[in-house]
Parts: sequence; C-alpha cells; structure tokens
Amino acid sequence: MTTEVSTTAFTGSSELALPSYERPLGVHPPLDFAGYRSTALRHPKHPLVLLPHRLTEVTGPLLGDDLITATDADLTTQHAGEPQGQRIILAGRVLDSDGRPVPDTLIEIWQTNAAGRYRHWREHHPAPLDPNFDGIGRAITDSAGRYRFVTIQPGAYPWGNHHNAWRPAHIHFSLFGRAFTQRIVTQMYFPGDPLLPLDPIFNSVPDEKARQRMIADFDMNLTQPEWALGYTWDIVLRGRTATVFE
Amino acid sequence: MLGITPSQTVGPYFAMRLPWPDGPYVVPEGTPGAITIVGRMYDGAGNVIPDGLVETWQAGPDGRFAHPDDPRGATPGGYYAFRGFGRCPTAPDGSYRIVTLKPGPLPTPDGGIEAPHLDVSVFARGLLDRVVTRLYFPDELTANAADPVLCSISEPARRATLIAVPEPEGELRFDIWLQGERETVFFDV
Repeated sequence: MTTEVSTTAFTGSSELALPSYERPLGVHPPLDFAGYRSTALRHPKHPLVLLPHRLTEVTGPLLGDDLITATDADLTTQHAGEPQGQRIILAGRVLDSDGRPVPDTLIEIWQTNAAGRYRHWREHHPAPLDPNFDGIGRAITDSAGRYRFVTIQPGAYPWGNHHNAWRPAHIHFSLFGRAFTQRIVTQMYFPGDPLLPLDPIFNSVPDEKARQRMIADFDMNLTQPEWALGYTWDIVLRGRTATVFE
Repeated sequence: MLGITPSQTVGPYFAMRLPWPDGPYVVPEGTPGAITIVGRMYDGAGNVIPDGLVETWQAGPDGRFAHPDDPRGATPGGYYAFRGFGRCPTAPDGSYRIVTLKPGPLPTPDGGIEAPHLDVSVFARGLLDRVVTRLYFPDELTANAADPVLCSISEPARRATLIAVPEPEGELRFDIWLQGERETVFFDV
C-alpha cells in the first residue's frame, strides 16, 4: 500500500501558507446534555484533543451542481400532485462570521410533512404520510451565497424523550462550506413556536442569542400574494483568520 | 463579527436525505489501488449504533487536494473520479464501508510531515454536534511515530484507537467507539 508518488508531493514547505478558522466558544451544544436522553451513551467522556488546522482541515469537498436536479429546491413539485399543507418560501444566505458570502456550497434539507410525519421506515408516529411529499431537498448557493427553497410548513411531532415530548416544527439543514472545519448540520425553527421553550434539543445550545440564530424570520417581502408565506434564514459558518506564514 | 449558527443533532431520520447511492465510493469500486475501509460504530454500552453517519475527507495518493486553499494545487490530471469525500450511513448492525485510495503524506506549514490520514466526521442521533476523529494506516509505522497529531495525544495507549487494523481479506477495519473503555480519540477541530 505504499504510495510511489508520495515523494513528489512536497514543494518547499516554507511556501505552505494556510488559512485558519475561528474556533467558536460556547456556540455549539455540549455533547453530554441530560435533557436529551440519547446523548447519555453516545457522548465521548475523554476531553477532545485540539487539532491544529492544517491541509486536511482547511480544504473540503467542493461538490458541484451535478448533484442537483431541477425539482430539488422545490419540495412541492417532486410528485404529480401538490402536497397538503401551508406552502412556504424559505430563503437566505450562507455567510462566514466575517460576513463574507459562502458561494457554491451544497445545502441538503429534510423535514416532516404538514402532519408532522417523516417519510422514514423507522418513523411510527400515527400521522398520515402525504403521497405528494418526500420532505427532502437540495440546493447550491449562488455567487452571493444565496439559497432558496419552496416547501411545506413542517408539523410538530412526539418523540418519546420524556412524557408528552413534542419537537417544535423544524427543518434539518446540512452544509459543507468550503473547508472541513466549516461542515455543519443544524435545524431551523419557526418564530413564535410555543414548543421552543420546552424542547431539550433547541435548548441544548447554552447561549440565548445563539439559540435565536436558529429561528427563521417571517418575511413579508418574501411572502408572495395568493401563493406562499416567506421566511428568511441566514446561516453563519466559522470565519477564516488571516493567512498565517510560519 | 456575525454569530455562528449552532449545531444540532442529525436526529434519527437523516437517512431520508443524506445517504447518496455513490456516497461510500470515494473512487469507483475496482479502481486500481482502491482500498476498502470497514468498521462499526458503538455506544458506551457496547451496543452497535444503527443510525449513525460516517463521512471521510482526505488527500489524494500524492498528498494534494483539488482545492483553492491547497497552495500547491492538485496534480495536473489528478486521479480519475477521485472525490476525496466519502459518506456512509451505518447499517442495522452498526457497520459502514468506504472505498477509496490511500492518501499520501502531507507537508505542514512548519516544515514537518503528517502521516497519511483521513479526517472522519461522525454524526448520529444523540450527537448534538459532529465528533471528529482521524484514521491512520497500520503500514506507516515510521510516519505515524512522527505524526504531530498522533504525538499530541497525551496517552500513547489511546493513539492506537486511530490506527486502522488489517483484515484477513485485505480490508482495513476502523471501529468507532463513541464512549467506554475503548473510546476513540476525538478532536476539537
């Protein structure tokens, strides 16, 4: 398994100047969070080891729009008929923490239908499936970091974490950014949802301001007359620090 | 400065969207020199995790990345159909499988060398944020011994959790233990 070409891999290492990425403190949830029972046996107990940002970390998969088909960003047109529920337009930008747009990056989303039911074999919630709604979408940000989905307002659903536990309506988002360090999977919530204060997953994020960043804004400018409600949600990835010459 | 969007768990239903038919194939099966990585994901009680997701990211065999932040750039011509990125959900028995090429060693900005490795992201229900580990190769004893990341792990016995194990059939086994006596080393990236 030795690689015969490996000795050609090195240029003068003094020329190897790499960016580094901000390390967010207190933004992400702790891996051990008692309110969310499934964390109990799945969180590492040893402290994480600091990984400096070198070549593997400052690069990442740049996935092209060959992955995207015409209906991927419109979840209401993936079947012959229209899905049930409230049609919504969901748009925003992907930025880094310095405010720079993150262009050409893949976004993958999944969600319940209007009744709060996922199309997944392990899902047992006795709410109806919608034959016209899969609840999955993909988009690639444009040169200004913008994305736009058309979908259906997802429903709340019970999840058995504790007595009478209901997840607030949400849409799962998966993003790559431009580097391994920027990879993130998160959930977008809706404003004014009375379940938010009760939800352990939402509230696992320790900082109140950071929690609010997971909630979309209702946007009358994005709302289309006689058609669909609009929501705006910007996603902010870790920023790059200046290139370090060592 | 804008505040960063927090992470949330992938939950139990990510398999609706995230698995791709060709996700486990960083290169097509049968590519000359292809290696197969297999493993299982375990929780702190030793139970397999049937709803996890493994993602890998790595250099090509020449230790380069087809990415604008690799200042050396990719080798012209590169490697046919090599994506660098692999993604595989775990099966009901907790197993996953990735077909790829072995990466080359990498230079570091301070003039050192990193041993060949894959960066590995692990997602699952019950993980509120991804956890990140690294896979190193068992036939790279000298390079592994000098690798700055392996050397930074204070308990030498735990470094072994990052070295894949050769299987009789030629595959490389990399089991991931999220918790427990055999807990894998995870990194703050």
